[in-house]
Amino acid sequence: MSAPAEYLREEELDHNLIYEVASFPGGHKIFSCQQCGSCSGSCDMAQDMDYTPRKMIEMIRAGMRKEVLGANAQWLCTTCYYCTVRCPRGIEPTEVLYAVKSIGIRDRGVDPNNDSPKFYETFCDTVHKFGRQHEPTLMAIYAFKGNPLRLMGFAPLGIGMLAKGKLGLAPSRVKNVDEVRKLIDRYRNKV
Amino acid sequence: MRYGYMPGCSSHASSVDYEASTKAVAKALGIDLVEIEDWNCCGTAPISSVNPEMAVALSARNLALAEEQGFDAVVTACAACFNMLYKAWDNFANNPGMRKQLEEAMSDIGRTLKGKAEVRHLLDIIVNDYGLEKIEQLVTKKLTGLKVVPYYGCLLGRPKSNFEDAEEPNSMDGLLAMLGTEVLDSDFKARCCGSSTIFTKRSYMLRLLHDILEDAQRLGGDMIVVACPLCQMNLDAYQTNVNSAYGTSFNIPVVYFTQLLGLALGLSPQQLAMDKAFVSSQKVLNRVSNL
Repeated sequence: MSAPAEYLREEELDHNLIYEVASFPGGHKIFSCQQCGSCSGSCDMAQDMDYTPRKMIEMIRAGMRKEVLGANAQWLCTTCYYCTVRCPRGIEPTEVLYAVKSIGIRDRGVDPNNDSPKFYETFCDTVHKFGRQHEPTLMAIYAFKGNPLRLMGFAPLGIGMLAKGKLGLAPSRVKNVDEVRKLIDRYRNKV
Repeated sequence: MRYGYMPGCSSHASSVDYEASTKAVAKALGIDLVEIEDWNCCGTAPISSVNPEMAVALSARNLALAEEQGFDAVVTACAACFNMLYKAWDNFANNPGMRKQLEEAMSDIGRTLKGKAEVRHLLDIIVNDYGLEKIEQLVTKKLTGLKVVPYYGCLLGRPKSNFEDAEEPNSMDGLLAMLGTEVLDSDFKARCCGSSTIFTKRSYMLRLLHDILEDAQRLGGDMIVVACPLCQMNLDAYQTNVNSAYGTSFNIPVVYFTQLLGLALGLSPQQLAMDKAFVSSQKVLNRVSNL
């Protein structure tokens, strides 16, 4: 029985990860992090995260790819941007976590039980179809892609929305939807 | 200034009430909002999560359309659309690498972007372009006796904005005071409602909603006033979920600033689609001004 590793092993680190994150818009300043923790202190979700934003940044710099992509921090980030406006070094942790989400979705590096990538990809697929978001289509596909119990969880809200005339049953479409599809495909193929 | 209006996707569904009250108020004030023809989804947080550059490019198409159609500014009432469109505008104006990339992406779909059209939020247009003095002359019904808690959320002021403060937003305060309401200042006014993360991590997001609602109640607010469809949906439609998770009994109406403005301009609650909210504001409105 081996004891849990208390130190990082060079062979398990991916020193490319930081450059990958830095190539995203807003990711390039990650090198200048001083680990002050203003981001974590400003984060409303930090208490529920396995690694706080400050730790995530340091783990990216250390090259802990598996741990970073497997974390829950990026999926709990609500993109409120408090960290971004408060960072004394001009780092944009919100954009850093967008990069981490994006890499995780691209590499299928996320725990299959985590529903967030399914939702985000379904959102993207729905916009690919109509050019705009259509909430009933989004929720229906999302429910079937993941845990079917989730549909039950959303049912009361859906019924309420329907009763209030807030469901928008007929999708609104973009006339030149091919342009929207081309843009989505351009970036989906790129990553 | 010609305003090109970007309704945003939720205007056809979960925020039909924001859309109805926006149009009614614009008409009453004589602000010409012409819909940008063939606008598409702004990209918003879920698409940014798949690929942030893809989301920026989707917003860039809307900017290109607005320019093409001769508008000086893209106006949206949605804080999430505002955030994305502004991000696209900012990247195009200030990030040479992204500018080149967006030019290529636009040319690939037969569009050109020059970065001429500004990005504006409706609240900014009403408060700063139109101005409180002009509005005051049109107010027919003061909302005296109504205690309101303006709630701004994140994306009107963060990460970058051309009209709102990141930490201490206040654009709605002066407007609501001028309408005759008593404006209460919540420490949670710029905190996050959970946004679209409510769909994936609901149990965690209820805590954020609980804290905002609790502070509004502690202050004695009759209602919360918002300028974002996601803030409204989360605080309103999930209020019962918060109550069952926390054993609370919140029953706080969450209305759009356009709805209160409309009431003061003499429009009826029906014209402003106030019956669409989950938590009814009728009782409160009856008490204060027999609306």
